Amino acid sequence: MRRGARIGASLFPAAAALGASFGVLARTAHLDAAAAIVMSATTFAGSAQVAAVSVLGAGGGIAAAVIAALLLNARYAPIGISIAQSFRGSVLKLAQSQLVVDESWALAGGGTPRFDKRVFLGVGMVLWVGWVGGTAVGALLGQAIGDPSAFGLDGAFAALFIALLATQMRGGRRIVAATGGAAIAALLIPFTAPGVPIIAATVAVLAGWSRTG
Amino acid sequence: MTEAWAAVLAVGAGTAVLKAVGPVAVSGRSLPDRATALLELLAPAILAALVVVESFGSGRSLVPDARLAGVGVGIVAVALRAPFWLVVVVGGAATALVRLLS
Repeated sequence: MRRGARIGASLFPAAAALGASFGVLARTAHLDAAAAIVMSATTFAGSAQVAAVSVLGAGGGIAAAVIAALLLNARYAPIGISIAQSFRGSVLKLAQSQLVVDESWALAGGGTPRFDKRVFLGVGMVLWVGWVGGTAVGALLGQAIGDPSAFGLDGAFAALFIALLATQMRGGRRIVAATGGAAIAALLIPFTAPGVPIIAATVAVLAGWSRTG
Repeated sequence: MTEAWAAVLAVGAGTAVLKAVGPVAVSGRSLPDRATALLELLAPAILAALVVVESFGSGRSLVPDARLAGVGVGIVAVALRAPFWLVVVVGGAATALVRLLS
C-alpha cells in the first residue's frame, strides 16, 4: 500500500488541481461549497461530476444531469468486474470498491493477471484526499467570485471538457464515437431541452462499435 | 431539498452502485467483451457532446461567442500537453479577456 501511496503522490497535484477546478465550476450550477465537497467525496469521478454540473448549469434539470453523469460512470462496472476477484469481506469490498477510478485501476495493473490490490488502495486513497481537498479549496474560492461569466468560467468549462476528451482519444473506435457524439449534440441543441443532446449523443457508441478495428 | 443537492445525492448513490457491482455482486465472472467494448465508447461520445454544448450551446440555440477563445486556447494547451488545471485557467482567462475587450 505504501508503494501505491508513493505512486499516487505523483498524481496528487493533478487530482487536487482538477478538484479545485470542479469546485470553482460547481458554482455555475448553484452548488454551494458543501454540496460540491459531498459530491467529490461520494462520487469521486471527475468527468461525471463536471458533466452533472454542466447540465444543471445549462438548465437541463436533475434527470438529465444524473443520467449523463451515470452514463459517464458506466465504465466503472466492467472495471470493477475486472478486479472483482481480488476483494474479500462484504463490507470491506463495498468500501474498497469506492476507490475505483481510472488511474487507481490502471496504475495497479487492472485487467492484467498482475493486478496489485495494495497499490490500487494506496493510489486510490491518495487521489481521494487530493480530489476532495482540492474541491474544498476551489468551492470556497468559487463562492468568493461574484459573476462567473466575468471570469470566463463558461469558457473554462469548454476547455476542461476538451482536456478530458483528449485523454479518451486512443484508437479509431473512440474517435468515431466522439465525432458522432459531437455531431448528434450539435444537431439536437436547437430542437431539444438542454441536457437531452448530451444523453442522445450516447447513440454514437453504436457507430464506433460496429466499426471494425 | 434544492435541485443541486438532489442531483449530488443521486449521482453519488448511482456511482457507488456502479463501482461496487463488480467486487460485491459478480465476483469471478466477467462481462462479454462486446459489452465492455460498447461501455468504453460512452465516455468519448458524451465528452465530445459536452464540448459542443459548452462551446456553442446557449439554451436552444448555437451561439458563437467569447467561449470560442477559451476553446481555441484550450485546444492549443492540450496539444502542448499542458496539465488539466492549466488548460482550465488559460481557457477561462482567454474567454474573460475576449469578453472584456468586445
